[in-house]
Amino acid sequence: MNGIPDRRIFSAVFFAALISLPGLAHGDQVRVAVAANFVDCLEALAPAFEEATGHQLLLIRGSTGRHFAQIKSGAPFDVFLAADSERPTKLESMGLVVPGSRFTYAEGRLALWIPDAGPEDKRPVAEILEAAEFNYLAIANPRLAPYGLAAKQALENMDLWEDLRPRLVTGQSVGQAWQFVASGNAEAGFVAYPQILAAPALRGRWWKIDPPLHEPILQQAVVLKNAKSPAAGARLLEFLQGSVARLVLIKYGYLIPEN
Amino acid sequence: MFHPDDLTALGLTLKLAAVSTAVLLVLGTPLAWWLAMTRRRVRPLVDALVSLPLVLPPTVLGFYLLLFLGPDGPLGRLMTAAGGRPLAFTFTGLVIGSVIYSLPFVVQPIRDAFSSVGHRPMEAAATLGASPRDRFFSVAVPLARRGFLTAATLGFAHTLGEFGVVLMIGGNIPGKTQVLSIAIYDHVEALDYARAHVLAGTLLLISFTLLLIVNLVVRRQPGVRT
Repeated sequence: MNGIPDRRIFSAVFFAALISLPGLAHGDQVRVAVAANFVDCLEALAPAFEEATGHQLLLIRGSTGRHFAQIKSGAPFDVFLAADSERPTKLESMGLVVPGSRFTYAEGRLALWIPDAGPEDKRPVAEILEAAEFNYLAIANPRLAPYGLAAKQALENMDLWEDLRPRLVTGQSVGQAWQFVASGNAEAGFVAYPQILAAPALRGRWWKIDPPLHEPILQQAVVLKNAKSPAAGARLLEFLQGSVARLVLIKYGYLIPEN
Repeated sequence: MFHPDDLTALGLTLKLAAVSTAVLLVLGTPLAWWLAMTRRRVRPLVDALVSLPLVLPPTVLGFYLLLFLGPDGPLGRLMTAAGGRPLAFTFTGLVIGSVIYSLPFVVQPIRDAFSSVGHRPMEAAATLGASPRDRFFSVAVPLARRGFLTAATLGFAHTLGEFGVVLMIGGNIPGKTQVLSIAIYDHVEALDYARAHVLAGTLLLISFTLLLIVNLVVRRQPGVRT
């Protein structure tokens, strides 16, 4: 201790603390209600966003239906990254979003995942579903989750909805549908294609289910009217349209919409 | 007033509560008797285990049950080996979940009732030549009837209100695993408040009536000290 003045130790500690708390030093926290399918992608984008803007992201994951209901009841979110265009549009017509902020940040893709399917299985999706070699088929709740709605539309278009209904197990979001399949409790499931790409060491086979089998999944973003910092929210939306974000979106399996 | 799907959920919920309560009374009675009478050192350990569902979040139970019942879990493997199917997403799976979830609500009142009956009436009956079985059924059980009534009602009512466990292991299948509390949750999230109101009001009324009956009946029954 001799030789080192206390004041110098104090200032060293003080600056170390300052450097390790960049969030407190500058920038705002952006509270993002994010659809379950987009969580992995947004987590991958977060460091780049935080570095570029100094703002911190706080992710609140859930089904788009749940977030919509919560926002209507005044939930403390700044940005809503939905998995559809219907709910952001509704919020806009209710006057709950910052005017002009709504845009399509990604087009989502649906996939069927069967962990026990072998690579030699080359049958088309409709045939696999019709053969129904599974006890349970997991989907997200069509009333709450756009990926669940898309799955329902696809099954209806293949004329299999009524036949497969008794085998459906419904998750609260596409996140829970994924968990039902990943835990082995359901042998098949409709999940988001990005979840498949984000999964380390995925078992079995998957099939992309694209329009026109279901309506395009246009995922829209809005800045919410009661945001604590609308400017920081707008920065996130701007960032999502930038080239860095678009590369990551493509890597995660989303299509880039033409706005 | 009731949507047909909601009526199905109501029927299923009542069935789940009835079956779980019956199973709990059968399994819980010997356990409660043992807890009330034993002087073994492991008693506090077993007592703590039985009480765990009182304090654990239902998600902890749901999570372990999902792993336990699933195809890679011990019970799931056993079921598959026996030619059956794993029990996640089934009514039987929900009964197993509910039995664990409501265990303390049934065991504790019966245990306390047996404790307050004590050893004395049993010893008296023994000196009159009653067999252990006879003593249990014609002395201990009637004297503990208040405890049984409380246990059955609390077990039933608590199972009616089960949510977190079912959310995790149920899969929301109408007629099989979609219970009232889950249906209400879905209606609220889908902003269908009309249907949520009908179901929530029904559940409120049933639960209140059950507790009221217990209070009235238990008060009116003389004789047993607790």
